Amino acid sequence: METTSRQFADVVVAAPVGRVDHQSAAQLEAALAPLVAEASSKKGALVLDFSGVEYISSVGLRVLMIAAKELRASSAKIAVANLQPVVAEILAISRFDRVLGVFPSVRGAIEQFSAAALAAFDAAQPPSAR
Amino acid sequence: MKRIRFWGTRGSLPVALTAATVRQRLVAALRGASGRVFASDADAERYVDGLAFAAAGTYGGHTSCVEIETGGPDYVICDLGSGVRPFGQAALARHGPASPQTYHIFISHVHWDHIMGLPFFTPAYIPGNRVRIYGSHPWLESALRRQQDQPSFPVDFSFLRANIEFVHLEPGKPHAVGDMTVTSMLQRHAGDSYGYRFEANGRSVVYTTDSEHQLADPVETESFVAFFRNADVVIFDAMYSLADAVSIRADWGHSSNVVGVELCQMAGVRHLCMFHHEPAFDDQAIDAVLADTRRLEEITRAGNALTITAAYDGMEIEL
Repeated sequence: METTSRQFADVVVAAPVGRVDHQSAAQLEAALAPLVAEASSKKGALVLDFSGVEYISSVGLRVLMIAAKELRASSAKIAVANLQPVVAEILAISRFDRVLGVFPSVRGAIEQFSAAALAAFDAAQPPSAR
Repeated sequence: MKRIRFWGTRGSLPVALTAATVRQRLVAALRGASGRVFASDADAERYVDGLAFAAAGTYGGHTSCVEIETGGPDYVICDLGSGVRPFGQAALARHGPASPQTYHIFISHVHWDHIMGLPFFTPAYIPGNRVRIYGSHPWLESALRRQQDQPSFPVDFSFLRANIEFVHLEPGKPHAVGDMTVTSMLQRHAGDSYGYRFEANGRSVVYTTDSEHQLADPVETESFVAFFRNADVVIFDAMYSLADAVSIRADWGHSSNVVGVELCQMAGVRHLCMFHHEPAFDDQAIDAVLADTRRLEEITRAGNALTITAAYDGMEIEL
């Protein structure tokens, strides 16, 4: 699975694409490691844009828990946004929605964390999307 | 194997409905019946049957004890939690004290909730009965003897006058018990626990409780998938939510409904029965977990449907 990322001030937005299952969870863990370190060093936040994630298994959820623990230990934050309906249900059933902030949009998540990041995010949007 | 019968399904500690809960349910049931006339017990029973399980029944509160009815004359039991007391009373009521029976008892581990019923298992006190206790822990016999030592209990183990034998099972090695083949498997739990796979007449049942799963270990995952492979029923420790099992309750030695569904789907299991319920959960909470788990199975189903139930004291599953 592929994960792209963008930086908006002290907020990192990561966007994995595909299924996060027993085969691919290690790839997600490896992709998130430097992003978690980046957000932790700035005491900022990591926002996971899950619009491209079709499914997440227990192994994938464990990766999110590890990231959450590491970020919180550094006074940084984590959230997931743009969940597909199935993934939203899996987070609710596993009770991960009580551990991670869940937002309907990436912008909504950034808005909770950082005014500077929100300004940067808005500035990066095409004029038609503003 | 004919059926599974649950005598104790609760994890860690026995629990009981409180007077306040019974009162709330009576009030709700009476209000729900407002204006109805019940001309017979059958009418009333039809009304009760229409109520939610958590309104008209209860998951119960005895700790682990599961009977596998083989169709043969011997009894087969998993664990000696507090549920073995009513099991023993039922066996005595069926046969009377003068008719010797054989009990094959498989112990997952010797934590208190899994052995606390033995001092109250009346058939073990009756000469002529045969009680064979199977397990893979070297300290199985000493742990059972110790719990009846003074000052913990007033009746010493030596007062158990049945013919009691201890049988060590080597994990992974099939063992014949009557017409059944039984294989044990090491599980992750403080002091180790063992799961059991029972096979007979083309049927298979897996009893796997007090077992934490290391999600990131593919070798371990594969070994459990192989142990569960094509089982008719898997009785699975689903004590915690996944979020709790990998965070505040990591290393507490228990699993979750989510992992149960995943392993059973990978193994082609027919029926996942959630077991070892959290003692802090009331009936509504267990009902909610059951509804959630059925929904998870539905939205993640790739092949055949997996039947999902939550065990309750008194429940039976036909094989």
